[in-house]
Amino acid sequence: MVLIQTMKWRQVFIANLIVVISLLIVSGCGSKQTDVEKATERGVLLLGNGSEPKSLDPHTVTGVPENHIISSIMEGLVAYHPSDDTAIEPGVAESFETNETGDVYTFHLRDAKWTNGDPVTAHDFVYSYQRILNPKLAAEYVTMLFVVKNAKEYNESHGNPEPGKEPMAWDEVGIKALDDKTLEITLIAPMPYFPLMLKHYSWFPVNPRVIEAHGGMLSRNGKWYQVENHVGNGPFRLKNWVTNQIVEVEKNPDYWDADTVKLNSIRFFPLESADTEDRLFNAGGLHKTYEIQLHKIDRYKIEMPGNLRLDPYLGSYFYRVNVSRNDALADKRVRRALNLAIDRQSLVTNVMRGGQIPARYFVPKGIQGYQSKEFFKFDPEKARRLLAEAGYPGGKGFPTFEILYNTSEQHKTIAETIQQMWKTTLGINIEIHNQEWKVYLDAQSNLDYDISRAGWIGDYVDPYTFLEMFTTGNGNNDTGWSNDRYDELMATAPMAGDTEKRYAMLQEAETILMDELPILPIYIYTRGYLKHPNLKNWNPKLLDNRNMKYIWLEETAQ
Amino acid sequence: MFKFILIRLLQSIPVLIVIITLTFVMVRAAPGGPFSAERKIPEHILEALNEHYGLNDPLYVQYFNYLKNICPKKLNIPALLKFDLKEGLGSDLGPSTRYEGRSVNELIAESFPVSFQLGFFAILLALTIGIPAGTIAALNKNTLLDYAPMSMAMVGICLPSFVLGPIFAMVFGLWLEWFPVIGWRSYGSFHWTDDIPYRVLPVVTLGLYYGAGMARLTRGGMLEVLNQDYIRTARAKGLSTFVVTTKHALRAGLLPVISYLGPVTAGVLSGSFIIEMIFQIPGLGRHFINAALNRDYTLVLGTVLFYAVLIIALNLIVDIIMVMMNPKLKFD
Repeated sequence: MVLIQTMKWRQVFIANLIVVISLLIVSGCGSKQTDVEKATERGVLLLGNGSEPKSLDPHTVTGVPENHIISSIMEGLVAYHPSDDTAIEPGVAESFETNETGDVYTFHLRDAKWTNGDPVTAHDFVYSYQRILNPKLAAEYVTMLFVVKNAKEYNESHGNPEPGKEPMAWDEVGIKALDDKTLEITLIAPMPYFPLMLKHYSWFPVNPRVIEAHGGMLSRNGKWYQVENHVGNGPFRLKNWVTNQIVEVEKNPDYWDADTVKLNSIRFFPLESADTEDRLFNAGGLHKTYEIQLHKIDRYKIEMPGNLRLDPYLGSYFYRVNVSRNDALADKRVRRALNLAIDRQSLVTNVMRGGQIPARYFVPKGIQGYQSKEFFKFDPEKARRLLAEAGYPGGKGFPTFEILYNTSEQHKTIAETIQQMWKTTLGINIEIHNQEWKVYLDAQSNLDYDISRAGWIGDYVDPYTFLEMFTTGNGNNDTGWSNDRYDELMATAPMAGDTEKRYAMLQEAETILMDELPILPIYIYTRGYLKHPNLKNWNPKLLDNRNMKYIWLEETAQ
Repeated sequence: MFKFILIRLLQSIPVLIVIITLTFVMVRAAPGGPFSAERKIPEHILEALNEHYGLNDPLYVQYFNYLKNICPKKLNIPALLKFDLKEGLGSDLGPSTRYEGRSVNELIAESFPVSFQLGFFAILLALTIGIPAGTIAALNKNTLLDYAPMSMAMVGICLPSFVLGPIFAMVFGLWLEWFPVIGWRSYGSFHWTDDIPYRVLPVVTLGLYYGAGMARLTRGGMLEVLNQDYIRTARAKGLSTFVVTTKHALRAGLLPVISYLGPVTAGVLSGSFIIEMIFQIPGLGRHFINAALNRDYTLVLGTVLFYAVLIIALNLIVDIIMVMMNPKLKFD
């Protein structure tokens, strides 16, 4: 009797358990709306945005995640075009013209408003440029403004004032407000590409009244861009910001072109872990991821080709060669041999598999009017010959050196592949060595390496942003390499005036670089991400610069 | 007991100073600095940045300035309960270099309550699973009721949270859609109950791991106690197994768990880096690790110091509980 009773209880218990579990499963699998569906209905864009923004001050930030947020809540004289990197979209400036020589630009401002109701005036721009050019603000991108007449001199004379000499007065800098609505900028030389540079956030205005109310022009206390204080002039305004969690912006009804703005709000999520981001996208929590894990690309190509995007990107992955430490590497023939022995096509198709382009040049393609030549191709025969000429036939007597990279699975795989290529083709033994990020930066900076992995993303769409760093004494050179002709070309090219002539000079500089090879280009980046089909007008852009007012969401037809 | 607490508090001061000094020296000895980046900052700008954050002073000046700034100057309990160290103690942990415009005080005050909630519920879960499971196993030594929970516990210990977390997120979040896959709060909703589903998976992942450890510790502690004379006496008096276990055995059997609880609680409350990364939780654990990677000197010192104070406080509490539970121990 007792036994039967317990059996019954057990059966009842198990039956109940089954009912509960199946109810839970059914309720779970039912027609539950995902966050993306709900957000699409409400016009809310959910974006993976890499890492937590360092700050929201356009004059002190440097990163891409910061750019995405700031360019949605602030607007400069010109703005980003939805698809064309070289087109000038109207911003606060309604129109602009240049003088005959092309070195003075006059901007006519429209009736734009700050979110606190103030009008955006030419004086605000002057204040903003005076702010960023003051060395006490310590703006990392201050060099972007050095194209302005006397800007460099102003910045440096205030930074290290020479004894007995007055630092330069602001009046001498080529930035003037002719009246409330007219701004005049005088450049060091005619620069047809100047309007393109204005898209960069270092040229954005800030509201002087707000800055002064929260610590003054040179304060970096971060008070003015907190949610309760922030005043912007962009298509959106700051709504909510929780560290390591979310930055939310909402449509700005006072924006001059508010009719064009289609989204009601944008939520930027600082998702540092690519794995977490990927999971959130698959659970319907994001319209777009910030990046994609390389090893998942193959799978997504099959499983959801409609969501996978691999856009061209203005970035170069390369190896720096320290020409100042090792006798073998100081020999141009050795560097050439190493370069010719890298089978980039195989690396990209068999190892990377993310649609990257093998780099047989340094400046990525896609810059209108500038075409990098294919300077070399995989040539094991010639590589062996060059190495023999340099005194190491078959790799005999070649010193052992190291490839340095910052700790990452991907960099490791690439280094191992190239190590193997050099071993099989040239018969030389190279070791690979990884370091934590900041340690690696230090080693590279102190030329405490033989060969080191590096990457460079352009600041603006121009070859200059890539070639400039290898001039003698440039802080980012880090190879010990120096070439007089190269320096001369880089110094004179910005003043060339006419774009064709300028590009010809930069072309010559790139030819020198690819002949001397203080760097070995490896591949040109692509930007891989997952994009929900509801997200519209998100076009491939070389620098991933977005004008959020042109983005819209469209519900999937039921 | 009052004297005991006072002595322990006084002892903690040199301990904290040693911790601060060691951390200060180690973080400064590490290559690279807060402003080193792939794209180098112009020399004179770097100089100005260092000036702004007081990094141009000689190291010993920076060190003593830091000590002076963090030294408690007042006591304001209500502010302290909001984790506002500046208002509560007058301690200024300095500005963060990675999160510009945000002070270390603010970052801790913002992220600690999150880690605290996560940790508190995880420990609660660990205790509610671990202690009964360990007790049942000990009472039924070498039977199925021992092997089953103990092998589960073994699995729990062997599966680190960076494996268990994504598995849970995938099964219960992605496939079954019972809970959100990541996150801590629901945005766009104002009712606190909407946040509950977000907290289930992280709490369970973290709780199960510690629950497994606690189950094993409880079993060990209980086995030792169950063989002792006073338990036999209690049984001989005719008390039921339930009463013997809960009233007599557990009190001594739980001692290992309680001494384990001190450091574990400090560790869990101050944030679990892995769980916070996997589930995108804005807690203190992420600051703890990322600050070191970013060479955010003040944030490294601030989090280490905070953690040290937490451990010292919790160890003290654990010691007091131990004396209360174990009549053989005295306060001295």
